[in-house]
Amino acid sequence: MFADYTMTELTSIFAMQGFAGLSLFSIFVLMALGLAIIFGQMGVINMAHGEFMILGAYTTYLTAQVFESLMPGLYGGYFFVAMFLAFVVTFALGALVEWLMIRHLYHRPLDTLLATWGLSLILQQTYRSVFGAREVGVSLPDWMMGSIAVTDLVEIPINGIFVMVLALLIAFAVYLLMYRSGWGRKVRAVVQNRPMAEAVGIDSGRVDRVTFALGCGIAGVAGSAFTMIGSTGPTSGQLYIVDTFLVVVFGGAQSLLGTIASAFTISQAQSTMEFFLSGSMAKVLTLLVVVGILMLRPQGLFAMKVRR
Amino acid sequence: MKANRFFDWLMSREGIYYVLLAFLLVVIFPLALDAFRLNMIGKYLTYAFAALGLVLCWGRSGILSLGQGIFFGLGGYCMAMFLKLEASSPENTAIQSTPGIPDFMDWNQLTALPWFWEPFHSFSFTLIAVVAVPALLALIIAVAMFKRRVGGVYFAIITQAIAAILTILIIGQQGFTGGVNGITDLRTLMGWDIRTDEAKTLLYFVCVGMLFLCLIIGAWVMRSKLGRILLAMRDQEDRVRFSGYDVASFKIFVFCLAAMFAGIGGAMFTLQVGFMSPSFVGIVPSIEMVILCAVGGRNSLLGAIYGALIVNAAKTFFSESFPELWLYGLGVLFIAVVLAFPDGLAGLYRRYVMPLESKLPALLRRNGGNAPTLPVEETK
Amino acid sequence: MSPSNNDFILAVEGLTVSFDGFKAVNDLSLYLEPKEIRVIIGPNGAGKTTVLDLICGKTRATEGSIKFRGKELTRMSEHNIVRSGVGRKFQNPSIYEDLTVFENLEVSYPAGRSVIGALAFKRDAEVIEAVEEVAKTIFLSDMLHQEAALLSHGQKQWLEIGMLLIQKPDLLMLDEPVAGMSVAERKKTAELLRVITENHTVLVIEHDMQFVGDIADRVTVMHQGQVLSEGSIDHVKQDPKVIEVYLGH
Repeated sequence: MFADYTMTELTSIFAMQGFAGLSLFSIFVLMALGLAIIFGQMGVINMAHGEFMILGAYTTYLTAQVFESLMPGLYGGYFFVAMFLAFVVTFALGALVEWLMIRHLYHRPLDTLLATWGLSLILQQTYRSVFGAREVGVSLPDWMMGSIAVTDLVEIPINGIFVMVLALLIAFAVYLLMYRSGWGRKVRAVVQNRPMAEAVGIDSGRVDRVTFALGCGIAGVAGSAFTMIGSTGPTSGQLYIVDTFLVVVFGGAQSLLGTIASAFTISQAQSTMEFFLSGSMAKVLTLLVVVGILMLRPQGLFAMKVRR
Repeated sequence: MKANRFFDWLMSREGIYYVLLAFLLVVIFPLALDAFRLNMIGKYLTYAFAALGLVLCWGRSGILSLGQGIFFGLGGYCMAMFLKLEASSPENTAIQSTPGIPDFMDWNQLTALPWFWEPFHSFSFTLIAVVAVPALLALIIAVAMFKRRVGGVYFAIITQAIAAILTILIIGQQGFTGGVNGITDLRTLMGWDIRTDEAKTLLYFVCVGMLFLCLIIGAWVMRSKLGRILLAMRDQEDRVRFSGYDVASFKIFVFCLAAMFAGIGGAMFTLQVGFMSPSFVGIVPSIEMVILCAVGGRNSLLGAIYGALIVNAAKTFFSESFPELWLYGLGVLFIAVVLAFPDGLAGLYRRYVMPLESKLPALLRRNGGNAPTLPVEETK
Repeated sequence: MSPSNNDFILAVEGLTVSFDGFKAVNDLSLYLEPKEIRVIIGPNGAGKTTVLDLICGKTRATEGSIKFRGKELTRMSEHNIVRSGVGRKFQNPSIYEDLTVFENLEVSYPAGRSVIGALAFKRDAEVIEAVEEVAKTIFLSDMLHQEAALLSHGQKQWLEIGMLLIQKPDLLMLDEPVAGMSVAERKKTAELLRVITENHTVLVIEHDMQFVGDIADRVTVMHQGQVLSEGSIDHVKQDPKVIEVYLGH
């Protein structure tokens, strides 16, 4: 298998696959960050997380349409508007869902799982009714098209770089929010000791709502980024939900750094294997290894030592 | 002595419910419905097997499995492999490049039967495999997870991941498994044509019989000390552990039992419907099995069966007439069952209909049985 | 281990557990004689509950040894420790709320503990007798078919003690058994403990000094994960170290 290629070719293959892996990595990071906040910090399972992502994608699509028809000249900048709108829309829906449904279920994680699955079905069907069953695509603005040739053999697509930079920026922003801001402190207080937090005057209901909405908002931005790389359909959210949960759990649900490390490992493993095996076998193998490791080490590979 | 106690139980409230269900399935449906519709009910009942298992491991023990499709599929595929081999006799497949092997293998340029298909030439092996293969996989998963005290949400997600893995594997290896189309065109079971109306009717009764067998096993487990321990474990796992019980072994047992039930269901499905495909293995069918159990009442064995019938009937009805509404309806059902009626139809029945029963003749009021009744013990 | 350890029913030596560097229990040694009632007292955070956790296996020790009747407990799994004869009562009554008192006791009956055993378990006369007998000891004879959730706090504590008794353990460990009880209930509990200790060794954690005085043979005072003082209740009460740290002037 490897013998068919020269050393330079192999390096280039690894580099390109590595880069393809980095693209996947960015998607995983964006999806996993939102989920890590909701699941890791709050212990809430949101099976509709993929659908929130798709909502962001559809919002981006609509924004692109609007720009294209009304303001073609400004098309180059539409993406930033789209991303902002995606965040706002998914944030709002997340807050609504939390208020209507999630807040009644904090003590019943398994039931939250089922209820949010129901939500995902409803959302999927809504997308199908509104946008049609076929996938929709978004045309990239000019500055995002094309690739940069790093060497003779290695070409890196610009949109991929953009998404990666975006993912890292957002990860950094989340880190700042969670660990360096007053808000983050409130969230962690509520998570660790709710009655105490309430006793010192923190409105835990509001903290919960905003945190959940934030997780959904990040998913929306992920969806926005997703449009740069692929097309969007009503069931696209389902493609990534299992992966995302595994990424979060593998990284040790409590740790944001662990989530990022885990996203990196899994995405790289999968894309590298994809080159040498068929797509489906690569996926199976990656998932099997992750599940296998989780069976041996349920707290996740990158979890910090926790007081028993 | 034994016969007396059985008769007592039969005349008790609980016994009457069982008799009613038997009456419905064995007398009413066959008389009222034609072979086609009866076959459809039979198909619905195959999901009930999985739902029964979920009552035991989810309702009673708190172990949510989002991967019962795995075991349903494994059981179904085992049966399908046997039937396919029979249908792929050298005479039937004379036109293939390699006669004597299933058509899809021929299309995928296989020239010999893969080794793991060979044992399925034997019916007895297949019958054993239908229960043993799911149980074996369940055992591996359960030992790996429960010995390490993994439970709850983590366990659910991992079962879901395994369901996804198995689906991808089956679809990807189409030479070995028939791929996304599954194993189709099944014809005879040891010479007996399973596609005729008479056959379908007979298979319906076999299915009902097997279902009652599983029902009785499930009820026996729930009423035994094991059943009480499972309930105790659901709410106070530590206390049970510190009363000297190896909690993991109990969880392993109930998970494997649920897997076996699902495997039997899958095999009955293959027999009645005539094919098995990966669309019954993955994440979506697995979670649908959970909703059947939840709608019926996750603590009620009988409820699970009714839940399976009702939800599947609704699905057929809506998918034909208002396909868009079905997904909305299903989604709403998930949410409603969790938020509004967590004990499902059984719970609603207990709250609204049972009080009315005392208006019926005294016959129904005689409570049989010697043991004090569990408050949570479920009949309907 | 020294030969004298064989006389002790419980010999804890050099027990240490460290959580990310914080030593909740630090090089602790404790020796219990058969049929002794030992009470552990000490300020909050002294590590008292942690010691019980370590003995019954809820927490893994970092260092040290716990020998129960000569058997090393530190590497055993929780349910095997229980089967060796160690019973633990938790601070918050942890009973099975959805089962009746009878069923709570029956589940704790030391038979049918394996999967097959539990399936085959018959509620025969022997079991019923054992349950009724324990129920009498814990003052719950007329509540046998009551759902456990409906018991009062004190009754729940007694039920949990009953669930331990029916296992016939050699060592009973009780974590604050009278917390939340009225004066009358405390008296009854002291009575109960006196009956129990005729045939069992008991290790108790308590704060109520009056109660401790009523029941203790010997008292161990813990502070910051170590033994501060040990002896009869009077000896300990007069120990200046104990007065400074716990009892006050």
